[in-house]
Amino acid sequence: MAKGIKNEVAVIGMGCTKFGELWDKTSSDLIVDAYKEAMEDAGIEKKDIDAAWFGSCVDHVNVGKGGFPLTKALKLPFIPVTRVENFCASGTEAFRGACYAVASGACDIALALGVEKLKDTGYGGLPDFGTLMGTESRITSTNMTAPGGFAMMATKYFNKYGLSPEEGKRALAHVSSKSHHNGTLSPKAHLRREVSVEQIMKAPMIAWPLGLFDCCGVSDGSAAAIVCRADMAKNFRKDPIYVKALQIAITSAEEESYKSWDGTYVQTTTHGAIKAYEEAGITNPREEISMMEVHDCFSITEFVTYEDLQISPRGKAREDVEAGFFDLDGKVPCQTDGGLKCFGHPIAASGLRMIYEEYKQLQGKAGERQVENPRIGLTHNLGGFPHMSVVSVTILGNEL
Amino acid sequence: MVGITSYGAYIPRYRMSRKVIFDQFGWFNAANASVARGEKAVANYDEDTITMAVAAATDCLNGKDKQEVDGLYLASVSLPFAERQNAVVVSDALDCSSNIRTADFGGSLRSGTTALLSAFDAAEVGRNIMVCASDSRMGKPGSSQEYTFGDGAAALLVGNDKVVAEFKGSFSVSRDFIDYRRLTEEKFGHDWEARWIRDEGYGKIIPEAAFGLAKKYGLDIKDFAKIIIACPVAAAFRELVKILGAKPEQIQDNMIANVGDTGAALSLMMFVAALEEAKAGDKIMVLSYGNGSDAFYFEVTDELEKVKEGRKGIKGHLSEKEDLSVYGKYLVFRNIVPLEVGIRGEEIPPTAMTVLWQQGRAVSALVGSRCKVCGTPQYPRQRVCVNPDCGAVDKMEDYLFSDKVGTVNSYTGDNLAFCWDPPQIYGSVDFEEGGRIFLDFTDCDLDSLKVGMSVSMSFRRKYADPQRGHYGYFWKAVPVKE
Repeated sequence: MAKGIKNEVAVIGMGCTKFGELWDKTSSDLIVDAYKEAMEDAGIEKKDIDAAWFGSCVDHVNVGKGGFPLTKALKLPFIPVTRVENFCASGTEAFRGACYAVASGACDIALALGVEKLKDTGYGGLPDFGTLMGTESRITSTNMTAPGGFAMMATKYFNKYGLSPEEGKRALAHVSSKSHHNGTLSPKAHLRREVSVEQIMKAPMIAWPLGLFDCCGVSDGSAAAIVCRADMAKNFRKDPIYVKALQIAITSAEEESYKSWDGTYVQTTTHGAIKAYEEAGITNPREEISMMEVHDCFSITEFVTYEDLQISPRGKAREDVEAGFFDLDGKVPCQTDGGLKCFGHPIAASGLRMIYEEYKQLQGKAGERQVENPRIGLTHNLGGFPHMSVVSVTILGNEL
Repeated sequence: MVGITSYGAYIPRYRMSRKVIFDQFGWFNAANASVARGEKAVANYDEDTITMAVAAATDCLNGKDKQEVDGLYLASVSLPFAERQNAVVVSDALDCSSNIRTADFGGSLRSGTTALLSAFDAAEVGRNIMVCASDSRMGKPGSSQEYTFGDGAAALLVGNDKVVAEFKGSFSVSRDFIDYRRLTEEKFGHDWEARWIRDEGYGKIIPEAAFGLAKKYGLDIKDFAKIIIACPVAAAFRELVKILGAKPEQIQDNMIANVGDTGAALSLMMFVAALEEAKAGDKIMVLSYGNGSDAFYFEVTDELEKVKEGRKGIKGHLSEKEDLSVYGKYLVFRNIVPLEVGIRGEEIPPTAMTVLWQQGRAVSALVGSRCKVCGTPQYPRQRVCVNPDCGAVDKMEDYLFSDKVGTVNSYTGDNLAFCWDPPQIYGSVDFEEGGRIFLDFTDCDLDSLKVGMSVSMSFRRKYADPQRGHYGYFWKAVPVKE
């Protein structure tokens, strides 16, 4: 394996807007808000930025194509700006572009920013996939939505491990309930109220067996990161956060036409995690990771991710969940800010929003939800469906 | 010897008690109490004349070599496309050769038997023709037709080899008797007085054909073991039995009590039902109706017993049914009233006809590929083998999935997706020889599904794009009845 970018890149500034139904804001407003906070946090000026990576996903209802939406909103000078899109992992994809540019030596300082305004689409939930999956999709694909695509993983997981729908739903309800609690401590979150396991289990069905509270919110938001060469990071601040690993794994979609995958886990997470741990030099993730933000688009996604990231053994996530292992005061707190569950999922902003939370936690600035003495934070950002996915795993640390 | 070499039928799963209709519209026309008896077959929201014809023809082709089919005729008065041949959609779905003769027959309820006559003409010169008759007509709410019309299809394979019912002859009557009419642009038709139709239509035209046939071949009505009278009106049917001088046991049930008037398909569906009970040596008379009448004289051979196995036919489909008790569903499934479909139902991206053409049999017949190196069947068609341990490039051969039975790997019932009958059920289906396809499910309820259950493939209307005049067809999974 290539040596990777461990300790080559530091995050010196981050910004994140409040997420929610931001009826009175445009995408440009959100871009400016996230950018302003990140720049003030880094203490740099516009002329210091060598290049930018811009993430946006649902382009026909968002900002439009190309790098222009970013350059126009921020009035960036004639620097390279690249728009990236990799489904729901678009935010981390933008971060990766900026990190690689710095690690390669092509840039000293780069900006990564993701934005999405889902509440301008007119849909409850994500917009229909229509031609998002290509022209052929209308002709042959199932009439699948995001919750349905992930619900099939719950059906199969319950079946494989012999959980009754009631048992399975209860385990998943713990996942969502825990995140809702954390969301109450998270000022920038969209949904900020406690929701009990019983409420979650009784909620209206969205895609069997997933109910309303098994699904993340739908919202608007933007997040941004300023990265620089690790060796110059201390020039900007005393507490930079270092990139320990940054891996993206994307499937050939063998899962949708080859039978070997049983549908109870996500292959890309499994592969991405192995490579990220190798890059970061982590050998026992259950012990070494201080806290994490995973892609909890649905409760079942977070649930199997515990296993895919090798935090819980296969088939044992339920035991850990019900024992409070991932609670804010547990061994590996997960979704300390409330996750997608409470922030919602403005697609291309989510990956950077996760990194924002790890950044704040590792700096000890997470307020009421601060994890005690964290050293290593992990983000997991998943795009697509379990059977056709792209996953990024980012590992961050506060020491070189 | 020219005749029928195989038969099949299809009746949609839903049956609606006519009382359900009377409960809604009996107040408007109490006289309809006379037709508000029994139940009628109702096509699901994803079914139409084309899909029902595919189902009936598939039933008919069981054990037969589809490569020997030289032509496919589709008869119906409810063809989805006025331009774009409907019959070729059926033959492509059946994965028949592209070098065959295909034709639509329509315009009259008699079109089913007219197609059959044309098929016999072709068989005389050595061709094997698949004749499909299929109808899903709409009766206007409040009309008697709303009660009587039912949905269904029949398929008859016509040829020279292993004939199960020999075609001995026919007699046709063609008359511009305007009992019921509908313009091309109209959704619902118009009729004239029922008593006139009973007496001057059914009562005179059908006997003219029946006696014409008997006289032509020197036979008497009593010589026939079964007589099929495609007359869906109870009083007229009873009267015809008297006029023909037939005994009750000679008369084939007209399927009105449990299926309904299936239009161009009625005479052929009744014929299939008769064949299911027939024995070698039986003489059968088929009498169609519609702007005249075609009368047929058949004689059953001892080959019939060999094809009785392995078909659902009329009998099999009659026993597999699900009650449709919600009248509103019927109105929506048949597109009689508009439904608030919401933004997900409204957003229909245009279908690229080029892509449809490129996909060809991959869409129409669910043709995937099988890797000649590792043997893995895969869908959609690939050039690079999906097996991660193989990955061979351009070593593929075509592989047909539509005739395979699969196993449910997982599934969900999705309330967010737009569906005419929510939840939208779909899942991943694994095939024994290899291959997995994510498919929409139909003709099932969420509660009845289980991981590991068997599903068969069914050709259905996947979406409608009325703005651009297009229906998209594809395959869905249907749980196999245990």
